[in-house]
Amino acid sequence: MADALPTKPLLQVRGLEKHFPIEGGFFKRRIGSVKAVDGVSFDVHEGEILSLVGESGCGKTTTARCVLRAIDPTGGEVLFRRADGEVVDVAQLGEQQLRPLWREMQMIFQDPFGSLNPRKNLLEIIGEPMYVQGTTDRQTRMDRVAELLNLVGLRPEYMHRFPHAFSGGQRQRVVIARALALEPRLVVADEAVSALDVSVQAQILNLLLDLQRRLNLSFLFVAHDLSIVKHISHRVAVMYVGKIVELAPTEALFLRPKHPYTSALMKAVPVADPDHRAALKGLPGEVANPAAPPSGCYFHPRCPFAEERCRTETPHLRELEPGHFVSCHRAEELDLDGIGDLEGVRPDLAGAPSEPPPSEPVSGVAPGPEAVRENDPTPPDDPA
Amino acid sequence: MQQTPTPTERRSEAERPGEPILSVRGLKTHFAMDEGVVRAVDGVSFDLHPGEIVGIVGESGCGKSVTMKSVMRLVQRPGRIVGGEIRYRRPARDGEEALDVDLAQLPGRGRAIRRIRGGDIALIPQEPMASFSPLHSIGDQIVEAILLHQNVGKREARRIAIEKLSEVGMPNPQQRFDAFSWQLSGGLRQRAIIALALSCNPSILVADEPTTAIDVTTQAQVLELLKKLQRDHGSSIVFITHDLGVIAQLADHVVVMYLGRVMEQGPARDIFHAPRHPYTRALLESVPSLHAEARVALPTVSGSIPHPLHRPSGCPFHPRCPDAMPGRCDVDMPALVSVDGGSPVACFLHHDEVEEADRG
Repeated sequence: MADALPTKPLLQVRGLEKHFPIEGGFFKRRIGSVKAVDGVSFDVHEGEILSLVGESGCGKTTTARCVLRAIDPTGGEVLFRRADGEVVDVAQLGEQQLRPLWREMQMIFQDPFGSLNPRKNLLEIIGEPMYVQGTTDRQTRMDRVAELLNLVGLRPEYMHRFPHAFSGGQRQRVVIARALALEPRLVVADEAVSALDVSVQAQILNLLLDLQRRLNLSFLFVAHDLSIVKHISHRVAVMYVGKIVELAPTEALFLRPKHPYTSALMKAVPVADPDHRAALKGLPGEVANPAAPPSGCYFHPRCPFAEERCRTETPHLRELEPGHFVSCHRAEELDLDGIGDLEGVRPDLAGAPSEPPPSEPVSGVAPGPEAVRENDPTPPDDPA
Repeated sequence: MQQTPTPTERRSEAERPGEPILSVRGLKTHFAMDEGVVRAVDGVSFDLHPGEIVGIVGESGCGKSVTMKSVMRLVQRPGRIVGGEIRYRRPARDGEEALDVDLAQLPGRGRAIRRIRGGDIALIPQEPMASFSPLHSIGDQIVEAILLHQNVGKREARRIAIEKLSEVGMPNPQQRFDAFSWQLSGGLRQRAIIALALSCNPSILVADEPTTAIDVTTQAQVLELLKKLQRDHGSSIVFITHDLGVIAQLADHVVVMYLGRVMEQGPARDIFHAPRHPYTRALLESVPSLHAEARVALPTVSGSIPHPLHRPSGCPFHPRCPDAMPGRCDVDMPALVSVDGGSPVACFLHHDEVEEADRG
């Protein structure tokens, strides 16, 4: 791996909970709660991209918002190591104490059309966080905005234009520039590329990777698209109904998943190759209702490997291999399919060994363009 | 174990099944706005053959949805079909004569198009929540469609509705008949919508991003259902999406659109394995794959999709095209023509034909 994993945790989330009350009856009594986030723990190291992935309603966005205190968690700790080395519990701080902290943690939103004020030009939009944090000199802000626009690949002259003049991808660059204005150390990106067209999405992914390397930024990257998560993350946490079911370094998770849900998610991703139309394996049933989750393991009603124990006992996240955490009773005995063993996918991969591949796991999996062309009787015409 | 397809296995243009049930030729749908004319669909041609799934793929603003809205005559003012032909051919079926009409010529609010829309060509929309009324049960809404298009009584309509619900894999169709859309989960709601679309035995299903709003595990179920409909009932489906993975898994024939124009079309295998248009290549390369190397820069297309009011001259893709030839691509619009018996492509790298309407 090109980027060695740094060791110092920047963010330590411990047993994070966010329960929303359900009120009912005449007196609006509390009759239950939706456990949107239910005991989530993970670390984000300095210079690391950690992804939270899962289907809608799994609590990934709620987790991200609790980390930033955009909403207040109902339990657990969010320990953030500040630039001066002091560790603070973000979950316990009051508004006054949070403000200086927000310099160090910033957010990128999904919708670049909804997150920019149409009445402000880029100078005002990107300069606002600096103004709020005390940079009142206009020239200083202009210089910094020009620098930021350069950093995200926009021309500094654009600072006097308004958001409507920009395309979706350019707006997302503005959103990123604004998030970087205060030189944060942690950036929470909530579905930051989901709303973009594929040709633009690739540009923004490249930009995020580039910024992470150049500025040694840490990212908490929330997404539902496994291909994007695989592309960008150092480590991945898979969430299901408010809990993390598996957390591992990216290669380990995708090549040797230990939780049946992780494996099922991978099998459901359509492969962009018409020669390999293995039946897409969806999961039976639907995501469990977080207001009335099933007993035992929340995933058991949809799990092909469920046994009696899974119906009664709740599994806990445990470290199966160094750095590979999983919450499944049967994790040791199950031999689950990773991306290397997907049925019918890429002939060059079908025979791939299920053991951990040698030193360079990723490049061993990546089929070059030649591998694809071998399949085709007519090589593409050379345009020249 | 690599399967090398023999040339006969490959379906070229000539080998597609039967006479096309839908032929779109030179379709143009323009929107006259105060600021100028938006040429949302600007000369689109493709065929749908019986029992085939045609996938229309493209990014936002490429005109994929407006194309199919034009086919169903659902384009609202200020949009208007200003040119082209939409030939719909249906063989005779029980109680109805064979049809051979140009849908573009029918009066937009007339009886004829209203019979065809829903009865012959049915839509599976993107947003299942917005497609059902929350005030009526899903069963009643399916019955309403059946009574409107078929000459049957209420009891028979109810029987058909339950049959369709069970056909799309709705568990307990008898009970779910009385359910409201808001009581169903995303996946079941999408199944209910498909049952509604199927209720009048349409010859063509138009699926407009039917899985974009749902999760991958549920998406897989819906895609399998559509494949089953094609396999068991010989349904002809036009599938609109921006997701190349979905297209690769589902479509027999692929139409790639950009800014209201077809850039390239052909059998799915050709499009994915031997793309000829630089735009198709760029699209395929820029999608991160589960099987590609992680954390390396993805190949990108420079720039972004132009504003619809500021269309580039010549080939709409030329400002972003790595192979653009100055003085050629920025002047003339390449026509969509086949080269050497292959699939049609609109690019001067492959031929010199200029789109007639745009010459001069």
